[in-house]
Amino acid sequence: MISEIKVLDLSDKRGIMCSKVLSGLGAQVIQVEPIAGSDARMQGPFINDVPGIERSLYWHAYATDRRSMTLDLTLTRGRQIFKDLVRRSDVVIESSDPGYLPSLNLGYSDLVKVKTDIIMASVTPFGQTGPKSDYLATDLTGVALGGSMYLTGEKDRAPVRIGHSQQFWLLGGAAASAGVMIAAFHHSQTGEGQYIDVSCQQAVSRTLSHAPQIWDLSGENLSRNGAYRKIGNVSMRITYPCSDGEVSFFYPAGKVGARSMDGLAKWMSNEGVHEKAITNVDWSKFEFGTISQEVLDDLESALLKFFSNKTKSELSAGAVKFRVILFQLNSSEDLLNNAQLRARGFWTPLNHPLESNNFRHSQLQHPGGFASIDNFNLGPKALAPSLGQHTNQILYRELGYTETQIESLRLSHVI
Amino acid sequence: MNKRAFNGIKVLDFCWVVIGPMLTRYLADFGAEVIRVESQSRLETLRLSQPFKDGIPGVNRSAYFSNYNVNKYGITVNMNADDAHAFMLPLIKWADVVTDNFTPGVMEKWGMGPEELHSINPNLVTFSASMLGRKGPESQQPGYGPVLTSLAGLSSVTGWPDRPASSPYGAYTDFLLPHLAISAISAALIQARHTGKGTHIDLSQLEASLQYLSPMILDTQVNERIPNRMGNKDTQIAPHSVYRCKGEDNWLALACETNEQWKSLCKIIGNQSLVNDNMFISNEKRKLNEIELDNLIESWTITFDPFELMEICQRNGIPSGVVQSCQDLFNDDQLKHREHFVRIDHPEIGPHATDTNAFTLSSTPAEYTRHAPLLGEHNEWVCKQILGLNDESIKQLYRNGVLE
Repeated sequence: MISEIKVLDLSDKRGIMCSKVLSGLGAQVIQVEPIAGSDARMQGPFINDVPGIERSLYWHAYATDRRSMTLDLTLTRGRQIFKDLVRRSDVVIESSDPGYLPSLNLGYSDLVKVKTDIIMASVTPFGQTGPKSDYLATDLTGVALGGSMYLTGEKDRAPVRIGHSQQFWLLGGAAASAGVMIAAFHHSQTGEGQYIDVSCQQAVSRTLSHAPQIWDLSGENLSRNGAYRKIGNVSMRITYPCSDGEVSFFYPAGKVGARSMDGLAKWMSNEGVHEKAITNVDWSKFEFGTISQEVLDDLESALLKFFSNKTKSELSAGAVKFRVILFQLNSSEDLLNNAQLRARGFWTPLNHPLESNNFRHSQLQHPGGFASIDNFNLGPKALAPSLGQHTNQILYRELGYTETQIESLRLSHVI
Repeated sequence: MNKRAFNGIKVLDFCWVVIGPMLTRYLADFGAEVIRVESQSRLETLRLSQPFKDGIPGVNRSAYFSNYNVNKYGITVNMNADDAHAFMLPLIKWADVVTDNFTPGVMEKWGMGPEELHSINPNLVTFSASMLGRKGPESQQPGYGPVLTSLAGLSSVTGWPDRPASSPYGAYTDFLLPHLAISAISAALIQARHTGKGTHIDLSQLEASLQYLSPMILDTQVNERIPNRMGNKDTQIAPHSVYRCKGEDNWLALACETNEQWKSLCKIIGNQSLVNDNMFISNEKRKLNEIELDNLIESWTITFDPFELMEICQRNGIPSGVVQSCQDLFNDDQLKHREHFVRIDHPEIGPHATDTNAFTLSSTPAEYTRHAPLLGEHNEWVCKQILGLNDESIKQLYRNGVLE
C-alpha cells in the first residue's frame, strides 16, 4: 500500500518491530547492519539451540521482507555511503544509545542537511533526554520500570514479566511504526519531515489498563493477583484448571456478560447440570462495582466443578457453540493447530534453507499479517535476509558503484 | 494551537471499550475531528467501569473511559431506530475514516458494512477490529481482552512453571494493537488522499497479537519445543531475575548480559573472589548454577532500598530496573520529564491523569486539550455545526428516537 515509501533501518533488536510493521504495509526496507551483524541475530531462540548469525529465530521472525547491507558507520566512507542512501530514502529508523549517531555526525540535525524532508525515528528504552535517558536496560529491567511486571504474577512470589522475552523492544518498535506512519501522512500532505522520539518504557506504561487511573483517582495501588482479577472491591477468578490444561473464563458484566451466562446455563442444562449459583442469579442487573464477592465465589465453585472433567478442546468447542466468553490457554502448538487461524489461512509458509537435525521440512509457518487490507493479508512475503545479502545489489544498482569500487570497499572493511 | 498531522481528518467512530477508543485517540491526539457514536440504551462498558470519581458509579464519572476518549466529541444515537441510517448518511459522506470494533455483522445489520459505506463514500477508509476476524468458523465468538490473552498464547508462558499461569493484568492484548492499527489507518489515508480510493482494514485481534509471539511459533516448528512458563529466567543469560529488596514488596530486576557486567556486579557486592569463583566464572557456569547465583545476589539486594540499589547498579554499568508500581510511575523522574501523565480537567471527574503517547513528533506534536465527552454532550453541536440542522429538526430526531 505504501510501496513508494523507502525505509533505511539502522536499528537492532530494539527497533526491529518497526520495520516489520512498515514492510507489512508495503514499504521498501533496507536494513543497514554493522559488519558483525545486527544484535537481533544473536537473540534466541536459535535453530537447534546453537547461536549463529543466520540461526536466530527472533531475526527470522521479525526481519522478513527487507534487504540487508553491511556498513561500518565509524568509517568516513561508510558514513558517506549512508548519507547517499539517506538522500534516496523517506524514513530512517535507529535504536542506538542517545547521542551515539550525533557523535558520528549522523543525528537528525545532520541528516536533514542531506535530505530536508527526512522522517527519522529513534527507539530507545527511555527516550532521548531526561534523567534516565542514559540508563542501561534489558527487556527484563525495562518492563519492570514500565509498570507491567508489578501487576503480574503470584502474590507470594516475585512479580513476573509477561510472555517470554523482548516484549519491551517489540512494544517500542510498534510505537515507532505508529509515529512514523503519522509523520508519513503529514509528509504526504505537506512535504515536511520530522523527528520521532520513542520511549519503550512509555510503550509499556500504555499497557496497564486503568491501573494508573485507579491509583490517581482512588489511591489504590494495584498489585499482582495470580489467577484472580481485582475489580473494585471484589476479586474474580479468570483462569481455571481443566482436565488437560487451563482455560480463561471472563464475566464482563452488563448485557454482554448476561448473554454469556445464559449460554453457560444452557450448556450446563444440556449436560444435565443445574447450578443455582448460575441459574438463580439475574446476571443482567450487574455492572462492575455492583456485583458481590459472594456471587463470584459461588460462580467460581460451580465453574471449577464443571470444567474439571473436560478437556480444553471440549471446553473451547462448548464455548463456541453456546457463545460463552471462554478461551483455552493456548500453547504455541495449539495455536498452530487452531481451527479459526487455519480456516482463515493465517499461517504463511516461507521456504527456509535451514540446517536442523530435528527439522524435516523446508517450509516454516510464519504468523501472517496483523491485518488485511481489502481482503489482502499483510503477511510476510520474503525470508529474512542473510547478513549483507544485498550489499552488492544496493551499491551497484542503487548507488551506481562499480564492481572494482565495491571490492575496494570490502577490502577496507567499509562493507 | 500547533498544526497537527491529522488536522482536517474527520472520523466517525463506532468503537467502544478499549482497543477501539485507544486507537481512535491517536487520531484525535494528532488533530483529527473524532465523533464517537454511543448509545444510551447500550452503554459503553468503560463508562460503567472503575475508577469512578469518589467511588460513585455514573456514566460521566469513569476515568477508565475518560483516559481513552480525551480530545473526542460524543453523540448518542439509537442505531436501531428507523431513521438512524438516514441520519448517518451525511456523516458518512462527511467522514474520511469510519471505525468499529463490534462483533462482525453488527455494522452490516445497520446497513453500514464496508461495501455499503464505500458505495456511499468511495473515498472512505473503513476500519474494523474484531476478536477473531470477520471470516472463519469462530468469527462470531464473543470475547474480551482478558481471555484473548489466553487464546493468543501469552498467558500460558506468563508466570511460574510449577504454578498455574499468571494472567496479565487488564485486557492486555488490547494494548498491543493500537500502534499497529494506527499505522495501517495512516497508510490507508495516504493512499486515499493520493488515489481518491478508499480501503477497508480488517484487524483480527488474535492475529495481530500473535505478532508479539512469532519467535515462539518458529521455535515450536524448528526445535519441536512447546515453550512453557519460566518466571523471569532467560534461556541464554544469568543472572537474569527479579530480586527482593528492603521493605515490603520491593523488587529490583537485574540482568548481566556480559562478563564485564558480572565482574562489575561482583565489585559492588564487595566480593571480588566471586570473579574467579569457578561456579560463576562464565555465563554458561552462571546459568548452570543459577539457583546458588540468585540466592547469593538476593542476600545482598535484600539489604538495599530498590531505588538506591538501581542507581548504584546503573552507575556501575549494570542493567537494572525497579519493579515499579503505579504509584511509583507517578513519581518516576523520567516519566515526569516525558510528561507521560497529563492532567485534564473534566466537568464531573475534575482534573485527572491521562496517559500521553510513547512517541513524540517534533513538528506536529500531539495535544491534549478536550476532556472526554459527557454522554451525548455533542448531539446538538454535531447536528448544527456539521449537519446544519435547525432546532426543530433536532427535536424531531429526539422524538423519532434517533438521538437519545
